[in-house]
Amino acid sequence: MTALAAPPSRTRRRRVVTFLVFFGALFLVWEAVKLLGGDPIFVDGEKVWDPPLKISIASDLNLPHVWSIVSALADPWRRSADQSLLVFLGVKALYTWREAAIGFGLGTVIGIALAAAFVHSSLLERAFVPYVVASQTIPIVALAPMIVFFVGNDILAVVVVATYLTFFPVTIAMIRGLRSPEPRALELMRSYAASRRTIFWKLRMPASVPYLFTALKIAATASIVGAIVGEGPGGVQNGLGRAILDFNQSYITGPEKLWAAIFVTALLGITFYLLVRLAEVWYLRDRAPAT
Amino acid sequence: MSGDAVVSVQGVSKEFEVPGGSSMTALSGIDLEIMRGEFVSLIGPSGCGKSTLLRLIGDLTDPTAGSIAVNGKPAPQARVDRDYGMVFQAPVLFDWRSVEENVRLPLELTGNDKAARNARVSQMLELVELSDFRRHHPYQLSGGMQQRVAIARALAFEPALMLMDEPFGALDEMTRERMNSEVLRIWSQTGITVIFVTHSIPEAVFLSSRVAVMSARPGRITRVVEVDLPRPRTVETRESRRYFELVTEVREALRGSEGKGDPMESALERAAAEGGIG
Amino acid sequence: MGYLARNLRRNLPAIIVFVAAIGLLEVWVRSMEVRAFLLPAPSSIVGALVENWEVGYQIWPAAQTTLLEAAGGLVIGTLLGIGVALVISRWPVARDVALPVAVAINAIPIIAFAPIANNWFGVLSPNSKMVIAAVLVFFPIMINVLRGLTEVPASSLELMRSYAARPATVFLKVRVPNALPFFLTGLKVAATLALIGAVVGEYFGGLNVALGRIVVQSASKLAFEVTWAAIIVASVVGIAMYLLIVSVERVVIPWHPAVRGERAT
Repeated sequence: MTALAAPPSRTRRRRVVTFLVFFGALFLVWEAVKLLGGDPIFVDGEKVWDPPLKISIASDLNLPHVWSIVSALADPWRRSADQSLLVFLGVKALYTWREAAIGFGLGTVIGIALAAAFVHSSLLERAFVPYVVASQTIPIVALAPMIVFFVGNDILAVVVVATYLTFFPVTIAMIRGLRSPEPRALELMRSYAASRRTIFWKLRMPASVPYLFTALKIAATASIVGAIVGEGPGGVQNGLGRAILDFNQSYITGPEKLWAAIFVTALLGITFYLLVRLAEVWYLRDRAPAT
Repeated sequence: MSGDAVVSVQGVSKEFEVPGGSSMTALSGIDLEIMRGEFVSLIGPSGCGKSTLLRLIGDLTDPTAGSIAVNGKPAPQARVDRDYGMVFQAPVLFDWRSVEENVRLPLELTGNDKAARNARVSQMLELVELSDFRRHHPYQLSGGMQQRVAIARALAFEPALMLMDEPFGALDEMTRERMNSEVLRIWSQTGITVIFVTHSIPEAVFLSSRVAVMSARPGRITRVVEVDLPRPRTVETRESRRYFELVTEVREALRGSEGKGDPMESALERAAAEGGIG
Repeated sequence: MGYLARNLRRNLPAIIVFVAAIGLLEVWVRSMEVRAFLLPAPSSIVGALVENWEVGYQIWPAAQTTLLEAAGGLVIGTLLGIGVALVISRWPVARDVALPVAVAINAIPIIAFAPIANNWFGVLSPNSKMVIAAVLVFFPIMINVLRGLTEVPASSLELMRSYAARPATVFLKVRVPNALPFFLTGLKVAATLALIGAVVGEYFGGLNVALGRIVVQSASKLAFEVTWAAIIVASVVGIAMYLLIVSVERVVIPWHPAVRGERAT
């Protein structure tokens, strides 16, 4: 399984530069599209520019100007509020992240436990794996209200939803990872008269770590999506989910706010992903690099 | 290049960069000529550069110094002209192709017409005696059979030269001996020139006309042993006295190339020679 | 033993679990009438399903609509994913850009961009749902095809080099066949995601005869048996898509160890 070593700083710098260049280009394209097909631009009441085409997607309502999104972040998030939108969203993001992190942790533990059970008992595996797979075909958005109803109108419901989306990739990856040691390695352990438990902790688990990290990277973003989706019906006021739903309802009056919220959500997802990636690089630093 | 030399290696050395900045000399001052139709083995301890030398001849890597000519051309040109076929230690067959499709692979690259191509594939499969398995997939074959497919593939475009890098290293001793006879049969039927890298002294002596013994750090050819066993070589050859003498000769050349060798062994030898111990 | 009998034997534990779970659920729901409000008895769910199959909520036509949207999204997302993977494999510098962007897009929950997609492409049009599905499909396809195109054993590449093969030839004869199993793995994941995308997109608005709309409407009228029936049908459609791809795998890559069944997955 591939283990990724940290790239040299030259490569890292080049990556950052490429990334920034791309974002600069994206910004230019965004505004160019608006220039070509969006709404007319007024300065002090005077029509300064009338775009030649009329692309509905590029209107100010559907695709707000980048600078209006940025300025909306600096403005108070609500007319009567003190906090800027950025701080407001930031606080919510942290709150959501806490819920997601708990779900992430629980989902990981459950995933590992399930995988361990399945690896040691093919009967359990044949009995339950189809349902593990099927569980992910049920749209979580439909299940979330049910979960809220059963568990209660609070953080616990959100954590359950986040856990629900996290455990699946972890289970699947760990099944593969726990089975990854070659038969000869297993024979070696048996020649030491090692118990199944010892084999598990000393051979299977360490061998499965690269697989686990692959799943954790997916789970990181999945737990955040789960937390946000869970907050909606859960009536949790302090998270990003609530903010997104509110800004969605008031889209007409302030489309930039929803876009800003989406941007913050994506940022939260990337940050969590990078944290996991950092942990992966550190943990696997001594292993052989990928071929 | 003298006479009909298929491969001419002159003054070749190869250095590798080692993490940490310094460099490692894999090969130094290699001179070797291989005539048409010969069967030459390269043998030596781990790290002596025999595989590196083979890959240099095949232009899979570049020499740091010196020149290599294959079939009268520089090695890169020989590769582009597909003058050689290569067999690696692992068969490197494509999972998704059947046996005959695997053998067909190099032919697909030279754009022969289909009929000629298929005829050639059939011919090769007959040569390695796997015609009955043409529709099978690699996973259905044993290790030895897979290597035979690899050999058939290497011979597909009738190259002048065949490079073999410890092709039977992963096989058991009996299969290995059988494969040795197979290779000799194919060699005599096609008249191809073979350069064969191996770890096994018996194998090198059984197969070759000449055995080039190499030493490590830096890699050098220390001796070339002429193998004057009569052909065709059979199971009886393996049991002949001359065979054992040659095996011993190669072994001693190898030991000598390693330096003083095992001090314990030499002490025992000296004692045996002086006092007649066991 | 015949193929069917062997299959049955292998899946027996799962079938037993299923039957037992349904049975327990039925007993539990009927004995605890309080919870029946939100979780109806399995028998009443089946009843609602039968009643509303062609008439009433029209679950069957709705399933077809949703399936169409999911399939459309699957095709669009797959084409995009393969396209980007091809670009990245050819120009590795694009990877530094594309990967973080893909991760970022993946991190945005559906409920955030579904309304926007509906806005852009028309709430009542199936196109908006296809777009949502395509966004979900893109990432797993792209990442898997990319792995398949780039994670080729070094020995195979060396073999091709010994043939002095052109990069285009190596691509066609080695990388693409190598990528096929990876692609199909990604497709399995993507298919279920496409369906979820379509259903969730419908959640936020769309034609009435669609599974997501049925979920929303029946829930608002407290007809929870219908809600559950619709959810289950959506799930079954997703599983059917998954199984379809599994059988495609058996035909297209029978030589692959995972399909041969040597080791479990």
